[in-house]
Amino acid sequence: MTKRLIVALLALMLSAGGVAAQAQTQAPARGQISAEEMELQRALQGGRIEGRVSIPDQKAASLIQPEGREWRQFHNRTLAWTGGIAVLGMLGIVVLFYAIKGRVRIASGWSGRTVLRFNLLERANHWMVASSFIILALSGLNLTFGRYLLLPLIGPEAFTTLSLWGKVAHNYLAFPFTLGLVVMLLLWVKDNIPNRLDLAWLKAGGGFFTGGHPAAGRFNAGQKLIFWITVLGGGIVAASGYVLLFPFSVTDIAGQQLSHMVHGVLAMLMIAAMLAHIYIGTLGMEGALDAMTTGRVDYNWAREHHSLWVEEETAKARGAVAPPPGIKAAGAD
Amino acid sequence: MARMKFLCDADRCIECNACVTACKNENDVPWGINRRRVVTINDGKPGERSISMACMHCTDAPCAAVCPVSCFYTTADAVVLHDKDLCIGCGYCFYACPFGAPQYPRVGNFGGRGKMDKCTYCAGGPQQDNTAVEYAQYGANRLAEGKLPLCAEMCSTKALLAGDGEIIASIYKERVQRRGYGSGAWGWRTAYRETVTV
Repeated sequence: MTKRLIVALLALMLSAGGVAAQAQTQAPARGQISAEEMELQRALQGGRIEGRVSIPDQKAASLIQPEGREWRQFHNRTLAWTGGIAVLGMLGIVVLFYAIKGRVRIASGWSGRTVLRFNLLERANHWMVASSFIILALSGLNLTFGRYLLLPLIGPEAFTTLSLWGKVAHNYLAFPFTLGLVVMLLLWVKDNIPNRLDLAWLKAGGGFFTGGHPAAGRFNAGQKLIFWITVLGGGIVAASGYVLLFPFSVTDIAGQQLSHMVHGVLAMLMIAAMLAHIYIGTLGMEGALDAMTTGRVDYNWAREHHSLWVEEETAKARGAVAPPPGIKAAGAD
Repeated sequence: MARMKFLCDADRCIECNACVTACKNENDVPWGINRRRVVTINDGKPGERSISMACMHCTDAPCAAVCPVSCFYTTADAVVLHDKDLCIGCGYCFYACPFGAPQYPRVGNFGGRGKMDKCTYCAGGPQQDNTAVEYAQYGANRLAEGKLPLCAEMCSTKALLAGDGEIIASIYKERVQRRGYGSGAWGWRTAYRETVTV
């Protein structure tokens, strides 16, 4: 039964092929559709007109690639608008939030006692990622907006010098950025697994609007979100960036166009997310920056924002200073 | 002023690649870069055609639209040129170009691209016409001497036509009318948003 079915299918395919071949030979103008028809067809289908070249550069075999037009639309419209809205929108939100709510203070005041939050390795890695990200972001934004914002201000020669250095920096800083992401993942993933506590934290809006402090471990849901945006978003941005850094080593031009689209949109969204992160880590919250400078945060700050983590840390500290079990204090009996 | 265009009559092109060679020689194009190439479609099949392709000097050029440093300009003859002193070698024009015209010399590590290079319509660059500096960066400036691009000028079957768009279109129309067939003006719909109707 199945054999007969296959035979029937084969016969059908052969006859269809025959009809197609016939139709081809009957077509006008020496058997092929005309250039303009073919171009229109490929433009509508988004396909390439390809052939064979006798020069060593086989990329040259692509005669016309209509996808270039879509990429142009993406770069000049989609990316510029997405980026503009995301970055300016987030800046607006941050400014508005600061104007309305002001700085989040330590409710119970500075205690004067500190507790270690991030060790030297964690801080150094954070700043390696952060500093490369800022330069990557600025040089990236320059490629999308610089032509309209900076070029008229500083003139073509200075703008080219700046953009050229930006490009070099962008290419090379990709490596410390990616290394930092890997180290970040290894250092912090264990404290960033989402759990039921995060739902409660998100429901309470992180306490931003109601004023309370929902319970949180070492990282609250907001920080976990930033962590995953950085690790996953940054990972995809890095991967798509390497495709562009080594042209034609992984994929052809269509793949490079796609990589650029992914790279651009995700990078814009990450810049927006990082603006919020930078705000809340510096101006937005009293006592927060210490975690990434000295690594030691005020005890009251920690108790308010990371109650469960402080409990854990103090339990650990008590355990460390407590006498081993079985040892009795002198004069106890 | 004329509106300069290229038109390749694919029914005449015999894939001799002389245009490719002439371009490389006339403009001293660096190794690994081909400003012009001949693509054969349906190779070995009925309806095989060869088309000589280079920068088409588009109307509303995509390369100029996406360039982050705005280094492109269009001459009075509608030739699309760029300033290599401003180019940063980012590769954006290559992503946007429908014809694969922009190319880059490989410099430095990774995909470090040098300044973009493409067909200049034998019209040099932004420097003073026909100077040594212009030749070193962009190649010949035949247009300033009143000559057309060498690729088209020396084409043995006169398949590749260069010159004012209206004139070369009328030459092509006459040919098609006389011989009774023609596969059309390759790339015109994409580059100029118009076709040659016979």
